[in-house]
Amino acid sequence: MSVEELLKAHGRPSREVYFDNENSGYVPREVVEEMIPYFNSVGYGHPSITHRPGWEAYEVVYKTKEALAKVLNTGSVNEFSIVHSGTEANNLAVLGYALASRERKGKIVVSAIEHLSVIHPAEEAERLLGFKVVRVPVDSEGFVDPEVFKELIDRNTSLVSIQMVNHEIGTIQNIYELSKIAKEVNSEVVFHTDAADAFGKLAIDLKKLEHVDMVTLSSHKIHGPRGVGILFTREGVRLESILKGQLSSEKLWPGVENVPLIAGFRKAVELAFENFDSHVAKMSELRNLLIKGISDRVSDVLVNGPIDFSRRAPDNANLSFLYVEGEALTVELSINGVYVSSGSACSSRILEPSHVLLAIGRKHEEAHGSILFKTTRYHNREDIEYTLEVVPRAVSRLRSISAAKKT
Amino acid sequence: MSTRIPLPYTPKVLEIFKNPRNVGPMEDADIVESAGSPACGDMIRLYLKISAGSREEVIERATFESYGCAANIAAASILTDLITGKTLREAWGVSWKSVADELGGLPPIKYHCSILAVGALKRAIRAYYSRVGRHPEWLPNDLTVEEKQTLEEEQMIERMYSGHLRNYNLRVTIPKGSSNGESSRS
Repeated sequence: MSVEELLKAHGRPSREVYFDNENSGYVPREVVEEMIPYFNSVGYGHPSITHRPGWEAYEVVYKTKEALAKVLNTGSVNEFSIVHSGTEANNLAVLGYALASRERKGKIVVSAIEHLSVIHPAEEAERLLGFKVVRVPVDSEGFVDPEVFKELIDRNTSLVSIQMVNHEIGTIQNIYELSKIAKEVNSEVVFHTDAADAFGKLAIDLKKLEHVDMVTLSSHKIHGPRGVGILFTREGVRLESILKGQLSSEKLWPGVENVPLIAGFRKAVELAFENFDSHVAKMSELRNLLIKGISDRVSDVLVNGPIDFSRRAPDNANLSFLYVEGEALTVELSINGVYVSSGSACSSRILEPSHVLLAIGRKHEEAHGSILFKTTRYHNREDIEYTLEVVPRAVSRLRSISAAKKT
Repeated sequence: MSTRIPLPYTPKVLEIFKNPRNVGPMEDADIVESAGSPACGDMIRLYLKISAGSREEVIERATFESYGCAANIAAASILTDLITGKTLREAWGVSWKSVADELGGLPPIKYHCSILAVGALKRAIRAYYSRVGRHPEWLPNDLTVEEKQTLEEEQMIERMYSGHLRNYNLRVTIPKGSSNGESSRS
């Protein structure tokens, strides 16, 4: 069976709206065009080598860090490491820290709803290096309670990792407060925040976030190419590279920098921050229309994550449609041109849905019916109107088949 | 989100998912049996109309309801087609593999969908004979592989999750002029 046959059977709907920006997405033409020269006309050399194509490549890397320092309001360009993905940046933050501190060991404190690229490396540090993982519970909207958090930090805590914005339910944590609490209890604590889903959606000020030591960013979450992640590491924080090899211009990452992708990422940063406030206002307006519209048109819908939208990422709409299973709904919506993802389990012998939805207290059947939409500055009102026609029809058809109706 | 499963569904699975046959409850059903549960994310309910002819019982009509992925819906639909007109003994011989084959194949991660469909069918057939108080010699006492796996799936989810009751939160408040998630927080 070929994918080609599958797509033929799938057909082409009249309109297509892509909302799966959590898992990857659209890269605008300007970003693609920015990358092209770096494959063969300029900067195609190794940025650590002293020849013209190398220097040109180095300039791309350097200017990318300068652009980041500017939009994140920090002085030092050298505090940014360019890696391959947000996942790699999180791995480097957690495992890289654990490797560098394996003599000291101690506790790694993470929230229950962290991205798995934080949770799994933390568990690895426990299994292989003797650290202890402490999970901070969250409330029904995904917030870490500062009082509860404070109780879990002690003299033995060595690393804390709390997301700035949750990738599935959009909860905006008060990172300033949490990092301040952590340092007050134990000034030795290293505080990491995964800001992959905050970048381009919230203003991040690294001068103000003085107690935060490490920050993860990801290119594809801001319409940059996949394959570029960033770890900001405050001077003085010791990490060990998790990949071993020839050291390059990046201290924490051996290998040849992917200069064309980095150039594309830099362009994506420029575009995202050019009209930052209006981009964010647009995402937020469309997201509000979407949630309101669906809630008005479809019964038995739960909003997952903060109900107070001022504490929710501006692009995030995570809804559970009761009595339908999310995977079937993603297929049904796809046939109608609306592309989304689900926190459903639907994998044979595991049956474990999204750990984020379970951590905020959703029942399994509620998590199975969850759908994640992320609006972007590239969407428009017509996209939302089209989606509001398609979603009620799709849910209604699957509910008409459903064996899980109120019994 | 959390689960990413490659879905090399066959065009036939997709076609049946789009246009499933024999959908919905059957008012005059002789037997109604389910397998799986909403908590599993996977559930099939089967309705059978059985005519007890002079010699052998025949499945006159079969319908289904399904809560599950696209493969679950397609498997349940094709199963109802496969067993309509068959004697209960013939229907007993339908295996999860034959359902998967009939769909043009399923990705291994979706085998449990056809297992669940056949599990529901075998339960229904047993329920029928238990109700009429007869045990044909071809009907084994031991559970078949589909029944065992269906049971396992149901028990696993029960262990993982002991049904706590919660109130649904259906409120949505959109503050006037709200745009950004409060940036001063970060």
